Amino acid sequence: MIPSSYYLALSAIIFVIAVVGVLVRRNAIVILMCIEMMMGAAGLAFVTFSRYLNSLDGQVVVFLVMAVAAAEVAVGLGIILSIFRHKETTDVDEINLLKW
Amino acid sequence: MLDFAWLILLFPLLGVLINGFIGNRTGRRWVGRVACGAVGLSFLVGVGVFFALLGEEHGHTIPIFSWITVGDFQIEAALLVDQLSTLMTLVVTGVGFLIHVYSIGYMAEDERYARFFTLLNLFVFSMLTLVLADNFLLLYVGWELVGLCSYLLIGFWFERPSAAEAGKKAFLVTRVGDFGFALGVMLIFATFGTLSYAQVFEQAPQTLTTGLATAITLLLFAGAVGKSAQIPLYVWLPDAMEGPTPVSALIHAATMVTAGVYMVARTHALFELAPTSMTLVAVIGAVTAFYAATIALVQNDIKRVLAYSTISQLGYMFLAVGVGAYASGIFHLTTHAFFKALLFLSAGSVMHGLAGELDMRKMGGLKDKMRTTYRTFLAGAAALAGFPLLSGFFSKDEILWRAFNSSIIPSASLRAGLWLIGIVTAFLTAFYAFRAVFLTFWGPSRVDEGVHIHESPRVMTTPLTILAVLAIVGGLIGIPHLSAVEGFLEPVFAHHEAAHASGILEWALMALSAIVAIAAIILAQYMYLVNPGLPGRLSQRYATLYKLLSNKYYVDEIYMAGIVNPLRNLASFLSQTFDAGIIDGAVNGLAAFFGRTGEETRKLQTGYVRNYSLAIVLGAVIVIGYIILK
Repeated sequence: MIPSSYYLALSAIIFVIAVVGVLVRRNAIVILMCIEMMMGAAGLAFVTFSRYLNSLDGQVVVFLVMAVAAAEVAVGLGIILSIFRHKETTDVDEINLLKW
Repeated sequence: MLDFAWLILLFPLLGVLINGFIGNRTGRRWVGRVACGAVGLSFLVGVGVFFALLGEEHGHTIPIFSWITVGDFQIEAALLVDQLSTLMTLVVTGVGFLIHVYSIGYMAEDERYARFFTLLNLFVFSMLTLVLADNFLLLYVGWELVGLCSYLLIGFWFERPSAAEAGKKAFLVTRVGDFGFALGVMLIFATFGTLSYAQVFEQAPQTLTTGLATAITLLLFAGAVGKSAQIPLYVWLPDAMEGPTPVSALIHAATMVTAGVYMVARTHALFELAPTSMTLVAVIGAVTAFYAATIALVQNDIKRVLAYSTISQLGYMFLAVGVGAYASGIFHLTTHAFFKALLFLSAGSVMHGLAGELDMRKMGGLKDKMRTTYRTFLAGAAALAGFPLLSGFFSKDEILWRAFNSSIIPSASLRAGLWLIGIVTAFLTAFYAFRAVFLTFWGPSRVDEGVHIHESPRVMTTPLTILAVLAIVGGLIGIPHLSAVEGFLEPVFAHHEAAHASGILEWALMALSAIVAIAAIILAQYMYLVNPGLPGRLSQRYATLYKLLSNKYYVDEIYMAGIVNPLRNLASFLSQTFDAGIIDGAVNGLAAFFGRTGEETRKLQTGYVRNYSLAIVLGAVIVIGYIILK
């Protein structure tokens, strides 16, 4: 059986990739996807511990995370869509009006 | 009748309200009628009260309403109607009424007619409040109202900077004294727990130590010094000439300056417990009398001569109350009100006839052109000079005799000194009074070309004539040994010394003061009519003395350099350096600090999503790192 630490390592790697993605990418949709990836990584970690501890609690949380992720995508995509209608772009560096 | 004494206050107040609110719409004729009518009715009520009081033993307290009630502490707004306050009321309303009538003519051309009469009525109302008050707090209210009215009326022609300045000066200088007066009232309250005259005077002999009595009376006297223009706070009175002449007459004769004398006489029960204060009052009075008389000798402005003469005569009154001769002081106050109002109004009539000229060097020879004014002025000057059998003679002589013979001042040499100052001052008084007469009305005319000299209208000369009669016969109410004034006031000043020592000495002194007055008049005639070059030569020969006198001993300059300017500099330092620099600097500096901080730190808000997310990540890393490493 593959040891739990492998799953955790994978989860950590995906999370870091997602964080870097949020920080360096300019496309709002990609950033949204990276946020999804972070949640996925977190979900993976939950499931791993659930298995490791023989408890279902972790899996319940994962369902919750998936529901939140779905809601977040709905709202996030809606925002991006409406910005796009105004500015004809999804580049977050162009969307910088709220500043000093 | 006594129950209606509150009407005395009501009428002027109604006059103020009517003229103040609708005076501009009712027209000049009605403004004058309302104002004069108000004071005249007050006078009539005063006469009624006077007759009702004849033969009464005690004063009456007439409650109006309960003003302040805090627990046991009560201040009643009540009137004290006794012989002293009634006499004062008669003087204030009687002389005030004549001045009001005169003002109808004098102010006829003025554009702020209604305002003027409103203020005159308010002045009379304030003075009556002061006089009729039955406790120290109400007295203080009247006291301050009088100060306010003097400010408003002296600065009545406020377009002229000098008038505005004079009003300010009068207000501020008297405020200095009022500060002491207020402290005195507070000290009385702290000592007695009440401010009612009756209770304070009743408890005073048991409660007060000599030291405390001295403190209270000196503080009260500080107020009197300011209000009644004694050394060192007299400087406002000569400048008060800037107001219209009827106002000068009102201030000098009926209202305002007599307040101090009245107050000392009213609180004599306290003053008698403090021999030091009494002596001080007498000495300040005598010194002021002499000092102001010397200044009056060389003034060229006719109203200034009269102003210094008022200060000098007030000095006599304080001398009187200081030696315990309260009735004599009040008697002199009364006669002085007659002849000083007369002199001022006559001087105003001269001004009126000469198109506003005040300089006596540009007058002369007016006696044929302004016959009524000349006669009335002569009557006033003779009364002021103490010409035998005129009003000023009796009252002044009475004061000198009392000073000579006082039982309050223990030291015989001090008494003789006070008397000597008084008699010398009497000489100076007679001299400057007739100097003014001769320069103004006699000799060759020095009036500027083109001035149309004319006698004043009847509405002005009638009050002058009435006052002249009063100035001539007014003294008869106080003939020594038969004094009606003294008899009338006896219930108030009950324990007042009645002992007359040697009769011969008294008559001798009286004859002496008569001789002094006549000699001074003859000297004035010699110097200004027979030998008109003499004063000029004298002033050159004694140039230093002349300059000192004509510059009023440089007191204004000394006050300016010694008190006003340092205070002004301090104020400007406080306002410009301390307040603007340090206080405002701290506030503004703090605000500027946060402003600049915000200015710099708001650049953190770049608007770039990646910056914010980096901040979130770093924050999360720090929190997690802290938790792990803890």
